[in-house]
Amino acid sequence: MTTLEQVAADAATDNLAALESEAIHIFREVAGEFDRPVILFSGGKDSTLLLHLAIKAFWPAPVPFPLLHVDTGHNFDEVIAFRDHVVEKYGLRLIVASVQDWIDDGRLTERPDGTRNPLQTQPLLGAIEENKFDAVFGGGRRDEERARAKERIFSLRNAFGQWDPRRQRPELWNLYNGRHRPGEHVRVFPLSNWTEADVWNYIAREKVELPSIYYAHQRPVYKRDGMWLTEGPWGGPRDGEEVRELTVRYRTVGDGSCTGAVESTASTVDEVIAEVMASRLTERGATRADDRLSEAAMEDRKREGYF
Amino acid sequence: MSSLLRLATAGSVDDGKSTLVGRLLYDTKSVLADQLDAVTRASVDRGLSTPDLSLLVDGLRSEREQGITIDVAYRYFATPKRSFVLADTPGHVQYTRNTVTGASTAQLAVLLVDARKGVIEQTRRHAAVLALLGVPRLVLAVNKIDLVDYDEETFRVIAKEFTDHATSLGYAEGSVLSVPVSALVGDNVVDRSERTPWYTGPTLLSHLEDVPVAPDPHDAPFRFPVQYVIRPRTPEHPDYRGYAGQVAAGTVRPGDEVVVLPAGLRTTVERIDTADGELPEAAAGRSVTLVLAHDLDISRGDVIAAGASAPVATDELDATLAWLSEKPLRPGARVLVKHGARTVQAFVDQLVSRFDEQKLSTVESPETLQLNEIGRARVRVAEPLPVDDYEVSRRTGAFLVIDPADGTTLAAGMVGAPLPVLRGDSDVVSPGP
Repeated sequence: MTTLEQVAADAATDNLAALESEAIHIFREVAGEFDRPVILFSGGKDSTLLLHLAIKAFWPAPVPFPLLHVDTGHNFDEVIAFRDHVVEKYGLRLIVASVQDWIDDGRLTERPDGTRNPLQTQPLLGAIEENKFDAVFGGGRRDEERARAKERIFSLRNAFGQWDPRRQRPELWNLYNGRHRPGEHVRVFPLSNWTEADVWNYIAREKVELPSIYYAHQRPVYKRDGMWLTEGPWGGPRDGEEVRELTVRYRTVGDGSCTGAVESTASTVDEVIAEVMASRLTERGATRADDRLSEAAMEDRKREGYF
Repeated sequence: MSSLLRLATAGSVDDGKSTLVGRLLYDTKSVLADQLDAVTRASVDRGLSTPDLSLLVDGLRSEREQGITIDVAYRYFATPKRSFVLADTPGHVQYTRNTVTGASTAQLAVLLVDARKGVIEQTRRHAAVLALLGVPRLVLAVNKIDLVDYDEETFRVIAKEFTDHATSLGYAEGSVLSVPVSALVGDNVVDRSERTPWYTGPTLLSHLEDVPVAPDPHDAPFRFPVQYVIRPRTPEHPDYRGYAGQVAAGTVRPGDEVVVLPAGLRTTVERIDTADGELPEAAAGRSVTLVLAHDLDISRGDVIAAGASAPVATDELDATLAWLSEKPLRPGARVLVKHGARTVQAFVDQLVSRFDEQKLSTVESPETLQLNEIGRARVRVAEPLPVDDYEVSRRTGAFLVIDPADGTTLAAGMVGAPLPVLRGDSDVVSPGP
């Protein structure tokens, strides 16, 4: 290894150790200050990493929080299987808030475009209210999107779950203020300071298990709005959308109706890292249709209570 | 050498801060094609012929509408040498509290001035706030150098005036650097400019990559606020009792003699546990779990400190407050104080002085402290807190002042007074021209 590579490798290791310590500190603050925290868990890489860090924060005691999965009903089978496997392996408690239930009983209406990602907000807020959760951990990172870059690590939400970017508490030193009034809750983002590269490097270092769809596999896909979508209950392919068998993987895991696959032969963590580092597209730009809706799509959804 | 540099930006409106940050991201290739596409589209919509790099960072709807930065945002970029977390803080006067937010964790701050305007009042105020918050190093980016025809003399005058101001605030000359830049064109931000042959110093980025960041001194006395008591009570660990927290200062090793505050009980460290195994030592910043030799009554909020040099717990804090709320502070106010992992009731006994930002001097016994004002106060706390001087330890010398009614963070508190002007010897700082 050349000197420069050594410097870069050492830098990455120190950086990951600092980010890990910061995230563990945040988990412990929440455990110490709140009555009913919950970890939002989708089975994706960020929430899987979140859970991994929570396990480390409280070792050798079990994680003192349940998991909450907002199930859009448009999931990848591999991700649901992974979710159940993780819950079983670590003896965790899983709460599921189902978008399908809300559609079935008329509280929500299916959108004309069939996308269910924006429909997650109401079931999420319903589950928070019903279970009286006062702190909700999310895997959001500030590097994902411009509106997320403004997010605090402890982010107060009013009784309607709303985020007001102009009225955020200043966040000073590593002293997090978790005070809130009844009905309010705090969203907590321990991965705020991580980048996509940090997440993958840490997954490699810690050998964190992920759903198989993050790695290259054969899949029938069709093109819609410039993205490779796969067949599923979300209505596709439509007439004129030609299905092809391609070697693909996913960079993000979300609602199947708006999460696209990327053509890739990266089948190991190291190959994925090499690919992510060389990519000229962000993970959201590459594979998330819902963030393209408008210049402020994420900000608008966050104001409504989305993560 | 630290591989993660936390930095903050500061500057007044329209001196090009967002453009500079956009330039840093763009020239370090931290901006990806789809982000640039979005900015290019938005720039065309606004009738611009080249991409407006400030749109890369102004993320909120109202920021783009008004063309200003409203709220502190965090940016990430990396080079082979270092990773950077950048707190991009707005320059608008009413958002000075965001400068305090960004500065509280920064190891270095980049201040911007417009080369045509030079050092202005707000530059001096921002430098004072950065000094107060204990930001160890400053960089002055003399921006829009292209608009003064890359004139060396203009740069020299501004650089000298700023360095003089910074040294009067307590900075050593070696901890302050001025760089002539054009964020718009890209001169001396990442790439060295051929249009400033008279400038022999580093570019902004190479300085950020190479600047030595003093790690928290390893010989500082050990401080460990207990965040959480880990008691599994599982068949595998029936009797385990560990104290979880992040080392706030100093280093700890098994066998070290420690004292638990505020009770004052003494014991030794038996083990330093992590989920990955035991550690031979843990330094500041590391999250660990301590197992102690004796079974003591220790709970969240207690502080485990070096036995030989423990802080003295006090119920009266002599502190500097940066007031961050629209609701003004009046003497006698009942508040909460969060120090480390402990939150206690408190009241503000006395307002000693207020820092006059215009004159850079102090006003004795003010009646109130308003939003964005900084002053000295005596705060009485209901339970003694083991505080250090902020000048000695940024972690254990800092506290939050919280509104007990609605939980708002009212003020950033710093024990002691690192700024000469706030100590009352205001002749140390000249009020300037």
